[in-house]
Amino acid sequence: MLDDTDRRILRQLQADPTLSRPDLAERAGLNAATCWRRLERLRERGVLRGSRAVIDWSALGYTVEVSLRITLDKTAPRAFEEFAGAARQIPEVLEIQTFLGQVDVRLGLIARDLAHYQTLYRERILTLPHIADLEALMHVARIKTDETVPL
Amino acid sequence: MSDRIVLDDTDRAILRLLMEDADLSASALGKKVGLSQPAAWRRAQRLQEQGVLTGRRLDLDLAKLGFGVTVFLGVKLGTKGRVSLADFERAVSAIPEVQTVEHVLGLYDYRLRVAARDIADFERVLRRRIMTLPGVGNVDANVLLSEERLAGPI
Repeated sequence: MLDDTDRRILRQLQADPTLSRPDLAERAGLNAATCWRRLERLRERGVLRGSRAVIDWSALGYTVEVSLRITLDKTAPRAFEEFAGAARQIPEVLEIQTFLGQVDVRLGLIARDLAHYQTLYRERILTLPHIADLEALMHVARIKTDETVPL
Repeated sequence: MSDRIVLDDTDRAILRLLMEDADLSASALGKKVGLSQPAAWRRAQRLQEQGVLTGRRLDLDLAKLGFGVTVFLGVKLGTKGRVSLADFERAVSAIPEVQTVEHVLGLYDYRLRVAARDIADFERVLRRRIMTLPGVGNVDANVLLSEERLAGPI
């Protein structure tokens, strides 16, 4: 299990994933060697899987972001696998999530503008297999994006 | 910022590698894309200055940290016009278990990602923190079963 020192390290790293190793050690109140050993152990145990660069798609000209909430036709035996397999082939799909609840699958989709979205929607999304129902949520703004958890 | 940023194949390769592992050093990055260390560093630096690379996200195994449940909430605000969106946004963003808040158009007004220890813990967050927010109307919940993040159109 994690102890308070591990939590302290992860808390600091979560607050600022770009922290250099010496700065991280200092903020966590540890010497560099201890901090490094702790980080290594968190990696080995798979708690800390790494850090990923975040891309601002709007800087690359993708100004439209849509959540597509999809209910699948569950009478087809491999509905989810076939749906996800086809959705993965669409470059503009950033996320595929599955749920327990009213919605089965959610696709996070980006497009350059509304005209591009319209094309993607008609030609790539509506042609995906086993869709029983679909609704779209247009993203207006991101208010909180840090994805942190209380440690 | 009206000029469209044009990426070449090397930029794309760098972005894809950093999306996998943002801790890659400039020399490791250079080796993988066939550039010298300073050249790779300059490229990554430029992508940052252009606002394409905006930061990093820590990839933690939430289950191993004791957060076994992730729930997406669709929140509809009640009595439109009476509720201050800014008040709602400030209050919801301050809840530690709320990981992301997105303002959306459609069936709901806001989409929240909530991390909880288990279903009982989620219920506590929902009842005590979410349902008591200013202006909250209808709330719909979907428990996340699996999640796949893809590289996107680069």
